[in-house]
Amino acid sequence: MHEAAIAQSLLDAILTEAQSQPGKPVAAKISCGAFSALNNEVLCFAFEAISKGTPCEGLKLDIEQKPIQAKCKKCGETFVFDLHRPVCTKCQCEEFELLPDAPLLLNEIEFDEK
Amino acid sequence: MRKVIVEKKILVANEEFANKNREFLTAKKLPCLNVISSPGSGKTTILAKTIEALKGKVRIGVIEGDIQTDIDARRIRKTGAPACQINTEGACHLSAAQVSFALHKLPVDTLDLIFIENVGNLVCPSALDLGETAKIAVLSTPEGDDKPAKYPAIFARAAVVLINKIDLLAAGDFNIEKAGADVFKINKKAKIFPVSAKTGQGMSAWCDWLEEMAAKKEIPA
Repeated sequence: MHEAAIAQSLLDAILTEAQSQPGKPVAAKISCGAFSALNNEVLCFAFEAISKGTPCEGLKLDIEQKPIQAKCKKCGETFVFDLHRPVCTKCQCEEFELLPDAPLLLNEIEFDEK
Repeated sequence: MRKVIVEKKILVANEEFANKNREFLTAKKLPCLNVISSPGSGKTTILAKTIEALKGKVRIGVIEGDIQTDIDARRIRKTGAPACQINTEGACHLSAAQVSFALHKLPVDTLDLIFIENVGNLVCPSALDLGETAKIAVLSTPEGDDKPAKYPAIFARAAVVLINKIDLLAAGDFNIEKAGADVFKINKKAKIFPVSAKTGQGMSAWCDWLEEMAAKKEIPA
């Protein structure tokens, strides 16, 4: 629901980076944690709308949703948290802590130098 | 084609303001609670009743976030507490910059605790750091006991879950045990207070927790 605000921040970040790079930004990879409440399609749609008329117009967004990680308090295992089966994947116990959600990151930009 | 590795945080502007807010609140020794829920769960009523109950014990200020109007800030001011209304003009959440602005409008040196009442929305506000000490989730019984399972992001991050409108339990099929169990699945540290802001039932346990928080300046164990 807040994808428009995120799209604006993302556009600003890519444009800032593009200032010091030759060529046109044509693709970008971003990643976020599963609790970021971001929907890939909505973010792409918002970015497409907001980037019209900028050097980022037509840029292809690749969004990686990173799963929530948890750490078992008994055996120390770090595992991918499954909401439907909230137990340690190694020792099956319920004594675990959710690790902080992955941040919303701009990982990589691809430039077309033609 | 040439790839450039960036690895930069996209919400860096919000994060900078959130960190500034945290530093400001720490310097002022002011705990700050970010209250998040769906619209209509009773956030403002809870805050108004909490302010009344803690009068003379904990001095509370409120930052009100709404898409439009200052209805909520006026409701808070009726209790005698200072309130600063932020209108997000369509945005579904408060930003750290807006909270920073409001923090400088409130008479912080005369306060012991600050509430941020976020825009009514169970999804987006949970993703934005405002620099708060802790998040408080409010879930009202007419919304249904499946909300912690359906909207895990906020319930996983909340220090306290207030289950409001327990005076309406008999009229619906909300199961407090089920909702609580779903919260504990994803958040072992959460404190759950079933309350009715309207009748006052359960409010004293919540107010005791707040009093302890205001005294210790940190989240009570």
